[in-house]
Amino acid sequence: MPSKVRNAPDPAQAAATAMARHRHDPLELLQMLRDVEEACGWIPPEAIDCIEARLALPRAKILGVASFYSFLHLKRAGRYRILFSDNITDRMLGSLGLLDRMCRGLWVERGKVSEDGLVSVDTTSCTGLCDQGPAILVNGLAVTRLTERRVDDICELVRDEVPPGEWPADFFRVEDNIHRRDALLGTPWLPGRALEAALARSPEDLVAEMKASKLRGRGGAGFPAGLKWQACREAPGKARYLVANADEGEPGNFKDRVLLANAADAIFEGMALGAWATGARRGFLYLRGEYRFLLDHLEAVLERRRAARLLGESILGREGFDFDVAIHVGAGAYVCGEESALIESLEGKRGTPRNRPPYPVTQGYLGQPTAVNNVETFAASCLVALKGGAWYAGIGTPESTGTKLVCVSGDCEQPGIYEYPFGVEVRQVLADCGARLTQAVQVSGPSGATVPAAEFGRRLAFEDLPTAGALMVFNERRDMFEVARNFVHFFAHESCGFCTPCRVGTSLLRNMMDKLANGHGSPYDFAEIGKLNLLLQSMSHCGLGHSACNPVLGTIAKFRGAYQRRLAHEEFEPAFDLDRALAAARQMTGRDDAAAHVRPETEETA
Amino acid sequence: MDGTAPRKLKVATTSLAGCFGCHMSILDIDERLFALLEKVEFDRSPITDIKEVGQCDLGIIEGGVCNAENVEVLREFRRRCKVLIALGACAVNGGLPAQRNTLSLPLILQEVYRSEPGARYGLIPNDPELPLPLNKVHPLHEVVRIDHFIPGCPPPADAIWKVLTGLLEGKEPALGHGLIHFD
Repeated sequence: MPSKVRNAPDPAQAAATAMARHRHDPLELLQMLRDVEEACGWIPPEAIDCIEARLALPRAKILGVASFYSFLHLKRAGRYRILFSDNITDRMLGSLGLLDRMCRGLWVERGKVSEDGLVSVDTTSCTGLCDQGPAILVNGLAVTRLTERRVDDICELVRDEVPPGEWPADFFRVEDNIHRRDALLGTPWLPGRALEAALARSPEDLVAEMKASKLRGRGGAGFPAGLKWQACREAPGKARYLVANADEGEPGNFKDRVLLANAADAIFEGMALGAWATGARRGFLYLRGEYRFLLDHLEAVLERRRAARLLGESILGREGFDFDVAIHVGAGAYVCGEESALIESLEGKRGTPRNRPPYPVTQGYLGQPTAVNNVETFAASCLVALKGGAWYAGIGTPESTGTKLVCVSGDCEQPGIYEYPFGVEVRQVLADCGARLTQAVQVSGPSGATVPAAEFGRRLAFEDLPTAGALMVFNERRDMFEVARNFVHFFAHESCGFCTPCRVGTSLLRNMMDKLANGHGSPYDFAEIGKLNLLLQSMSHCGLGHSACNPVLGTIAKFRGAYQRRLAHEEFEPAFDLDRALAAARQMTGRDDAAAHVRPETEETA
Repeated sequence: MDGTAPRKLKVATTSLAGCFGCHMSILDIDERLFALLEKVEFDRSPITDIKEVGQCDLGIIEGGVCNAENVEVLREFRRRCKVLIALGACAVNGGLPAQRNTLSLPLILQEVYRSEPGARYGLIPNDPELPLPLNKVHPLHEVVRIDHFIPGCPPPADAIWKVLTGLLEGKEPALGHGLIHFD
């Protein structure tokens, strides 16, 4: 008889434990709420009572934070919480059919908790396992390579209430799928070597090497890392902070996951280099909630590095060089990948992007100078410290030096990680991953660019196609309108709700795309989509709103036919059936006279 | 051209699921109404009490669409008016009446008409004279094509004036800074 899921612990006890673990520091509110959620399966009101009383925080603030993050539940959730990753690549692998199968197998309606409180099944934004999907999260842990068989097995395990910790380990196996290694993944890492090289010279020298390397930010925006470190070093402040951004939320991206699993030493060593260069004494790694399964591994690496005096006080015996890293875990919010929203989240608040300027590099964490870099940037900085800026600048293209991890998913034989020097042609990547009859690729995720076959000679580089890494492949059978619609749904779900143009605009855009998909489109709707795109681009508060229309603009520009086919009606028509909208009232009143119906418009005009 | 004054534009107005507050705002353009009447002639409108809308150049509609009769009137306006304006928050977004959209219609009818014991509470009104409610309240543009929107609850008289005079001059109306707000 398998052991049953243990009874949920006392909420007050869970809250007390969580607060003690985080030193009763209100800045750690999000981490405390995460702990309570993990212990209880949701955040019971009694737990909020305790936090409110002990930390003297307004209840509205606690509720505001808890309700912002999609992995935190303020209503009782199922004892098993199953979330299907809903990126287009998961869908192409049949995720929606598997979701239906699981709902049937568990007698539960999608998005609802089963009557006995056992289980809920729903979708979530891309979980970063596009190369081994369809993927799900079970109580926050990633399960990969779903098949019908695996779905049926999971249904049985859930019905028997076997704790996820006792499920077959193979379910949770996450592959690295590295198919091409270059300077970064091909270099064997000896922890401490890059630091030793840097400490042999001054912090100013390291900044100079970084600037000479022309290493640019790997999160997608491409800001020169050396310049950022210098600005952080020179900005006035009481303390300096470093943040490694591992909140890899852009659908199609998974290179941070592979780096964290494979080269965590390089990331933390890069952070220590950053500390040497900027004078920061504290650093954070912001790990997206979906990568919770990497937490123990990362904590172990940190512990090992502390023991080896590569972190902590007097690093490598250098008096006064103190630096340590704490890991903060996110809770399901794409917008926290934006650096100022990430800092808000680090401070235990809702992840609402700040006004910029001032930029984090002068006023970041707690208002102090803060350098936020992507984990890949930190890892690459080790190469600069080891081999010099000039050597690094020799790789890639003049404006995009070094190498880039490219995350290939979608219609190809070998999805996974491919490391190339910048400047590689899209065509080359497609040949290497075994993609055939390719119609288009989406570079850098939904907020990036849609590239049709005629443009496969274009290069991955800041001069041409800037990228955070994702490259989703679509063969000739795929409907590019559906691709764009999936991405639009993603943005509508992830809009943080702070500014009206984005909060309302992304939902309106989603409704418009659904209207076209449901066969109610007309040229009028197409023109309205164009207006909405303009509004989103010009009026939104942050990059999320600015780029929410990119997939639509891109597919309209390159695949107009996919839209044209859906403008079935010459004249405007509603997105819903007006007569059916009266059905409930007809039933309640028992009426069926002529006035109890709405005639089709054509009949009326005839 | 016969040399007389140019033909006056025909304008119709109506309130669907609204409170007539937007119409009060139309009256609020005050003495400018006289200047307006030089150029327009009102067709169906609470101002004229004409019940049927004729062929018009401009239709101004306040309120959202909450029942079968609203649908009929709105479609009539769309057919007869060259240009349609959605006036005010309810017409643009559904407004206050749309607050019922989070509840199911049967639940609302049940609560209103059947929640008290006794014979007089037993029946949901079913007279054919009464328009049946739609299961949700919709803004106008979800039911017919709308050409222009004037937001506000109610829109200020100056905003209405600016749009009307703009249209009369044959310009694309724009409210601009001061007359339009977010949040």
